[in-house]
Amino acid sequence: MNAIRQIFGIVWILLGLAAGYFLVFEQSLKLFEKGGMDNIVPAIIYTFILAPLLTGGMCVFGVYALQNEYKRVD
Amino acid sequence: MTSSISSEQVDKKKLRKVIAASSVGTLIEWYDFYIFGSLSVVIATKFFPSDNPTAAFLSTLATFAAGFVVRPFGALFFGRLGDLIGRKYTFMVTLLIMGFSTFAIGLIPGYETIGFLAPLLVLILRLLQGLALGGEYGGAATYVAEHSEPGKRGYRTAWIQTTASLGLFISLLVILATKKSMSAEAFANFGWRIPFLISIVMVGISYFIRKNMDESPMFEKAKVEGKIVANPLKESFGKKLNFKFVLLALFGATMGQGVVWYTGQFYALSFLQKVANIEFEQSNYIIAASLAGGTGFFIFFGWLSDKIGRKAVMLTGMLLAICTYRPIYQAMYEAADVSLKTEVKGSKVINTDYAMIPKSVDLKKTVKTEFSYTDGSKLILEETSLTPNFPGKSPKKSELKRIVHVGSSSFWYLILLVFIQVLFVTMVYGPIAAFLVEMFPTAIRYTSMSLPYHIGNGIFGGLLPAVATYLAAKATMANEIAVAAGQAIPYNQPYLEGLWYPIIIGGVCFVIGLLYVNGKDKEIND
Repeated sequence: MNAIRQIFGIVWILLGLAAGYFLVFEQSLKLFEKGGMDNIVPAIIYTFILAPLLTGGMCVFGVYALQNEYKRVD
Repeated sequence: MTSSISSEQVDKKKLRKVIAASSVGTLIEWYDFYIFGSLSVVIATKFFPSDNPTAAFLSTLATFAAGFVVRPFGALFFGRLGDLIGRKYTFMVTLLIMGFSTFAIGLIPGYETIGFLAPLLVLILRLLQGLALGGEYGGAATYVAEHSEPGKRGYRTAWIQTTASLGLFISLLVILATKKSMSAEAFANFGWRIPFLISIVMVGISYFIRKNMDESPMFEKAKVEGKIVANPLKESFGKKLNFKFVLLALFGATMGQGVVWYTGQFYALSFLQKVANIEFEQSNYIIAASLAGGTGFFIFFGWLSDKIGRKAVMLTGMLLAICTYRPIYQAMYEAADVSLKTEVKGSKVINTDYAMIPKSVDLKKTVKTEFSYTDGSKLILEETSLTPNFPGKSPKKSELKRIVHVGSSSFWYLILLVFIQVLFVTMVYGPIAAFLVEMFPTAIRYTSMSLPYHIGNGIFGGLLPAVATYLAAKATMANEIAVAAGQAIPYNQPYLEGLWYPIIIGGVCFVIGLLYVNGKDKEIND
């Protein structure tokens, strides 16, 4: 089970990067281009709150998992 | 070393007082925080330019989000204080800040009176509310947990967990009672301020109850033993040993718990009002009744987590939620969809009303067309148009409002559907305080547990109404563009698109929780 926990670290890193890419490049930039309050508010939320949290947090979490920091002696 | 309190050491009478004092204060803070959200539609018209109702509503949601986004900063600031000077004094300060901010919102003149200063002041006070809430919850949960005996920590802290739903419930009741006691016009003019103003009385009472409580015994012990750390922030987030658990608490528990919580209570209300078009009062009654029925289950699942483990209870709730949201919301939509009901023949009633707008002397025309259905439901189409009393000015574009009043059977069915969601909430939320408290040592507990809780709830959960509303609106717009272009619509159920946010976030959290969270740890270890 510890090996699975460790391997999944790669998944969390990739997921963090994918979430950041999706939020910034697929959503926010298009919304900023469109303009208007209806688009800019969610764009700001995606770019400056959700993306850094998801990308940064998930990547660090993934690295810790890869380093077997979450191994358990069951 | 294990520093938990043994069953013999616990004075049951004192413990009950500790739980009551902590819970009442936290309940009032939640009440203060939620009346803003519950009155967001009214607040939008009072404090934000009303030319575009969608922009006004989004602005309120943005302010709402500001209140949530700032919560983690409150968690850091007050968490640090709580780990340095004590739990009791810190959560008394947060109570006072919250009380002052809420009371002050009730006093701010509207946008029409003081212009841009009005939304600015509202925003500042909302941020103060968020800061105070960020410090309150961690303090109350830690305070109760550190007084509790092992084996009952889930049950004891579950009382704190009931306060969030009860705070929302009471806020809805106060708003409904205020609305009932006056005309719609009076409520729109000044009545909406009453729920904000009465908060000061409740905060005052709670302050004096808390003032007479003792400091947490575990914090006192740590202080005597010289175990208080000089820099709790550095200790919590600068050391891998602690920080890895902060991340695990966030991604393996509070992130999913936050979205389940907000879907079941806030998005459900927003969906009833904005998507299903159910009238304001009825939709609030549906939520209030579901909360009243479900609140006791926080205690039950807190107790159950003492028996079978926090992880099992929380992850079961999360899994059930993400698997059933779409069918539940589809059923909610259909329960209010009058196109699926049988219209009573000859029931169509049209009422036309004219009114002069004071000052401008513009003419407002309102045409109400009412349809009745065999199950007791009613559909009201309200078309309002404004004709300016000025030569050469063309009439403004008319606005069409669709209001549904559901019949008795649909009403109870909707209560059941929301109640099921509240049950999921109680499963994920009931044991979370005990779960978080048990993850961290006394010296950094307040700081370390507060941050993942408020990021999970404040950011991932708090942004849910805005993100989900946006996703649903985007899908609806894509359908409209496709129809205009003569193409097939890309979304069959655009109103369900917003649910992808809680489903994806909850799904990721479930997998992380399943893989990494230790389901056996139920001690407070230093």
